[in-house]
Amino acid sequence: VVFVLFIISKAGGLIYNREFHTGLSKLTSNDYLMLAGSFHGQACTMHAITKQLCPNPPTPANAAANAPNLAPTPFNSRATGIEVLESSHFRMQCFQTLTGTKFLLFTEPQQPNIDSMIKKIYELYADFVMKNPFYTVEMPIRCEKFDRGLDGFVKVNR
Amino acid sequence: MSASGAGAGAGPPPSGGTGGLRYPSNKKTIYDRNLNRSKNAELSRAAFAYLFVEMISYAQRRVRGIADLEKRLNTQGYPLGLRLLDLLLHRSPTSTSSPSPQRPTRILPLLQFIAQTLWRHLFSRPADALERSEADAGQYMLFDNEPLVNQYISLPREMSQLNCAAFVAGIIEGVCDGAGFATEGVSAHSVGLEEAGAAGTEGEKKVKPMWPDRTVFLIKFKPEVLEREEILGRSGG
Repeated sequence: VVFVLFIISKAGGLIYNREFHTGLSKLTSNDYLMLAGSFHGQACTMHAITKQLCPNPPTPANAAANAPNLAPTPFNSRATGIEVLESSHFRMQCFQTLTGTKFLLFTEPQQPNIDSMIKKIYELYADFVMKNPFYTVEMPIRCEKFDRGLDGFVKVNR
Repeated sequence: MSASGAGAGAGPPPSGGTGGLRYPSNKKTIYDRNLNRSKNAELSRAAFAYLFVEMISYAQRRVRGIADLEKRLNTQGYPLGLRLLDLLLHRSPTSTSSPSPQRPTRILPLLQFIAQTLWRHLFSRPADALERSEADAGQYMLFDNEPLVNQYISLPREMSQLNCAAFVAGIIEGVCDGAGFATEGVSAHSVGLEEAGAAGTEGEKKVKPMWPDRTVFLIKFKPEVLEREEILGRSGG
């Protein structure tokens, strides 16, 4: 069962939130924004909190030898942000796109196929939000077809 | 190949002077390609969707209202219609009964050509319905349950009267004008939610529309076309 979907923009603002399960405790819209902000901090790469939480990556042994040939890429030892948060009541999975948009999916702890679900949600996002001429990037998502697509997809999974 | 070889004696064409004609290294321009070569070619739907997003944004600059925006999309589609008419007639299958492609001279064959051949070429399926309006004898309605150009577009509430299939309406207008049937205008209207609303008022629950994007293209022919049609009908029939 899927509980909630959040989409957070590159700048950290909440651009989409949707509850799929009734009976969850009600939050005000301000609460949602604050939650999104804190998740953004946790999910972001190179952020202060996760950088200190992440164990030091092993330094490459032949770095000195290769230094004149290649510039060290910043991607090898980059600390990626939080990916999964699991508790006894729920499981939160974070999918971060290459452009910095974060998809947070809250489901029950034993939900199978979360990866394929997130991929499908990303596909719906790429289709009905990105190809919509009336959507400005990084703004709150108000696309009816995206909502309908999610409805059809998540309800089927219940 | 021989044509461009003869012209190449004058020297390489000045860049920009030929109006954007590309001369790749093998000296073959687009005019040297076989017309039927792209008959079954496929195009990425996503590529068209992104291009269409830019077309709509471009049309939206300094536009005064929704009608103006639809008119601009219409203008963008018009030249396509003119060219597609000739191309599709050229490619129409020749058989022993009709050795040369027949240009439609009556309204109904023209509309059939649009609803079947043109639609199949553009969207790989025929149009869903073709009707004549009861109120106005010169107005015909072409229905499409799910226009491909609108597939990824969700209209914001303040623009709910807009239908981006105005671009396809422009294509239809180009085909009609090119075939010699002058129109007063071809417009696109969304009727998916209206029909659901009408059905819903009879029942108790809200009826979910079967085709929420259903679009009707209203083709209105000029009076002289209708006159000619009547004369042809009398003498031919």
